[in-house]
Amino acid sequence: MAKKSETGKKPASASGRQVLKAIVTSAEDIRRKVLARKKPTMKLPVRSLSNVRYQPERGFFEMKGQKKERTLTVNTVKTFAQTLRMVALSKELVENDDIATKREAYYVSKNWEEARFTEQPESDTVMDDVEAFFGVNREQLGFIPEEKGGDVAGRLVVIDRDRDTGQTLRIDCTRFGSGAYSIPISVEDLEFETQADFILAIETAGMFQRLVKHNYWKQANCVLVSMGGVPTRACRRFIRRLADFKRIPVYVFVDGDPYGITNIYRTLKVGSGNAAHLNEFFCVPQATFLGITPQDVLDYKLPTHPLKDVDIKRARDAIKNDPFIKHYRPWIKAMEQMLKMGVRAEQQALAKHGLNYVIDEYLPQKLSHPERFLP
Amino acid sequence: MTETQAAAAGTRKRQTAESMAERQREISISEFFSKNRHLLGFDNPQKALLTAVKEAVDNSLDACEEAGFLPSIRIAIRQVGEDRFRVSVEDNGPGIVKAQIPKIFGKLLYGSKFHTLKQARGQQGIGISAAGMYGLLTTGKSIVITSRTGAGKPAHYYEIQIDTRKNTPQIITDRIIDWEPPHGTRVEIELIGTYKKGRHSVEDYVRQTAIANPHCEIFYTPPDADEPMHLVRGSDLLPPEPREIRPHPYGVELGVLIRMMKETSARQLGAALQKDFSRVSAKIAAEICKAAGLRPSANPHTLQGQETERLYKAINGVKIMSPATNCLSPIGEEQILAGLRKEIDADFFTAITRAPAVYRGNPFQIEVGLAYGGRLPGDELVDLLRFANRVPLQYQQSACAITKAVLGIDWRSYGLPQSKGALPTGPVALFVHMASVWVPFTSESKESVAPYPEILRELRLALQECGRKLATHIRAHRRAAEEEKKKSYIEKYIPHIGIALREILALSENEEREVVTTLVDVLERSRSKER
Repeated sequence: MAKKSETGKKPASASGRQVLKAIVTSAEDIRRKVLARKKPTMKLPVRSLSNVRYQPERGFFEMKGQKKERTLTVNTVKTFAQTLRMVALSKELVENDDIATKREAYYVSKNWEEARFTEQPESDTVMDDVEAFFGVNREQLGFIPEEKGGDVAGRLVVIDRDRDTGQTLRIDCTRFGSGAYSIPISVEDLEFETQADFILAIETAGMFQRLVKHNYWKQANCVLVSMGGVPTRACRRFIRRLADFKRIPVYVFVDGDPYGITNIYRTLKVGSGNAAHLNEFFCVPQATFLGITPQDVLDYKLPTHPLKDVDIKRARDAIKNDPFIKHYRPWIKAMEQMLKMGVRAEQQALAKHGLNYVIDEYLPQKLSHPERFLP
Repeated sequence: MTETQAAAAGTRKRQTAESMAERQREISISEFFSKNRHLLGFDNPQKALLTAVKEAVDNSLDACEEAGFLPSIRIAIRQVGEDRFRVSVEDNGPGIVKAQIPKIFGKLLYGSKFHTLKQARGQQGIGISAAGMYGLLTTGKSIVITSRTGAGKPAHYYEIQIDTRKNTPQIITDRIIDWEPPHGTRVEIELIGTYKKGRHSVEDYVRQTAIANPHCEIFYTPPDADEPMHLVRGSDLLPPEPREIRPHPYGVELGVLIRMMKETSARQLGAALQKDFSRVSAKIAAEICKAAGLRPSANPHTLQGQETERLYKAINGVKIMSPATNCLSPIGEEQILAGLRKEIDADFFTAITRAPAVYRGNPFQIEVGLAYGGRLPGDELVDLLRFANRVPLQYQQSACAITKAVLGIDWRSYGLPQSKGALPTGPVALFVHMASVWVPFTSESKESVAPYPEILRELRLALQECGRKLATHIRAHRRAAEEEKKKSYIEKYIPHIGIALREILALSENEEREVVTTLVDVLERSRSKER
């Protein structure tokens, strides 16, 4: 009874109603199977690089459609129960137009007695499964990430709305001084004003700080974005919408190691294997790779560190299994060159030639030939 | 002028051979040991207390068995001062003839065992008199002996001190007293010691002795108790008496060979070899003599040093049959199991007695017993119990061949976790026994067995055999646990599927129960089909 009145209380959004319908349908399906004395199953897309394909005209990793079937057996009963309870939690969130962070969801599970999660990675995995099962973005299920979206500075005005009054807010990203604008979790309703020539996406906060401190965006007439490692979905979506809106190029500046190339850059440009059903929205196909390339290491005589075992494994794996790297001859050559040299170089290695060498020499030289950037 | 300055100036008076000779004199064996008592196991107060108990109990058990009595031993430790203890060990053995009492307890290296090759707890005849000497040195008190050889005979009471200079007993008191037991011996020693529980404790020693000697009952009164604890007998079977054998030629050292030739009653070398050694036939004796370049008719008493050395080398070049092994008296698989069962609370027991083997001409036999599970602690290293001729070895674990053999085995393949170079971990008590006419100890205090390759090999084979049996048990146990776990999985998690479906579909309690019971049934059925 209480249930009914609650359901009727909040008219969920159109996408919310769709999700609710999908949840109820799948639960009914499971119940019907059980009552027919059959073992219920859940079909989930395989969430890995082996289940994506890359087509440059589409611009992102698309799912190939392999599915794994999770049948309820003695061995899977725990995960099955946890997945269903997570779905039930999602239904409650959507119905009440509420949200839970991934960490909060993990703590909610502490009420589930034996079915609770011991560590958050377990609940994150189940959440990813639920997301992929319904083929939606986790925000649509009421789950939001903990992580920060990324920092922005430079020639850009972001137009947002005041939560209480609904009034328009103009956020001028040139006026943060030595600070920066923080990308929010949901960027779908933001609007932009900009005269910038390009967007520079940077891996490390340290390099971002240096460029902000010296107002590099003024000199190069650009927008600076700090990704802080692998870019979050919000950060990818923000860059994508901004680049689409003004039709400006995106240049990526990361460490010259397998992680910077295959994890950070590749995820930004074409998405990930883990959440492939969403890559269409969370990718930046117009991005190109400014540096640090293995060739830069030679051209700029950068100090290096030897590749670690995990670097070597990652590079070899990318050449063999990553559909994106495999598609581009120049990338294969670059990865092979790195393996042959056996070294990696960080962005900040440029400081060897002077702290502002990156501003005065490296970036201007590179930016004078964007056609030479790796795809 | 100080002495050093004088020495530096070269003016100090030098010693002459004559003046040095004045101070040179024979060091008696007892004097030597009183200064080197660590060699006998009296290096610290805790160990001294343990060693005193141990030596007395060894003697009592040997005496009882030899005389054919099922041993009943009473051990009591009384605290008489801050660090002073009075140890008393009483047996129901045959007693000791009056004339022998002072020599046995008041003279080092006096015993029945050194001159024979026979499996026994004591070997050198040092132990009990050394314990008495230690007591005398630390407290000034005599060793007190009470003994009676039979119901009709008087009980003799002695207080004895050992004269360390002369290695002779001094009788302080000698009288006849009233004593209840019909036969037996009681030894009392007062000494400076430390009483501790846990590892290396008297209590541990008593318990291990009870395991290796299930035919023996022990009453033990520690200093902090009034009533004795009773370690009951696990078997009424006396171990078969070990037989005495003559030494095998491969086992003698040069010094022993020289002595044997000097003391032999034979008048010809060939006869001496045949008579005093085992497995030497006339043919073998002739072969040895020929290889040594000596006549079989030579007089063994007049052999020169070099000749004996040639003889010694020749022996090791001639192929001689292995010694007879029926002289050994192993504990036996049944008895080991009985000992383990009565003293250790575990789920699984197994034991192995290997066939006898030979190292350096000495027959020996390895036995391994293993207890697993029950109340043994599962997260600690395996409890390794080492024994030689039924005597627990409590010190110098890492130097011992038994430990080396245990470490040399990959216990992970038998289902026990094991870090590199360490004992395995698990709820296991591992019992390892070596029986031999001559156990090769690494020192006089008899705490660890020397690692001869033949001994290591037998140890390894016995341990592996026990390991395989353990592995079978553990696997069966795990399978059962796995079954149990799967069953509990169903009971644990299915209700959550019910809860989730109720929340999503707004089911009634009855509808929820219907889903849960059906699902449990479906899974149970499919599980029993899998099996």
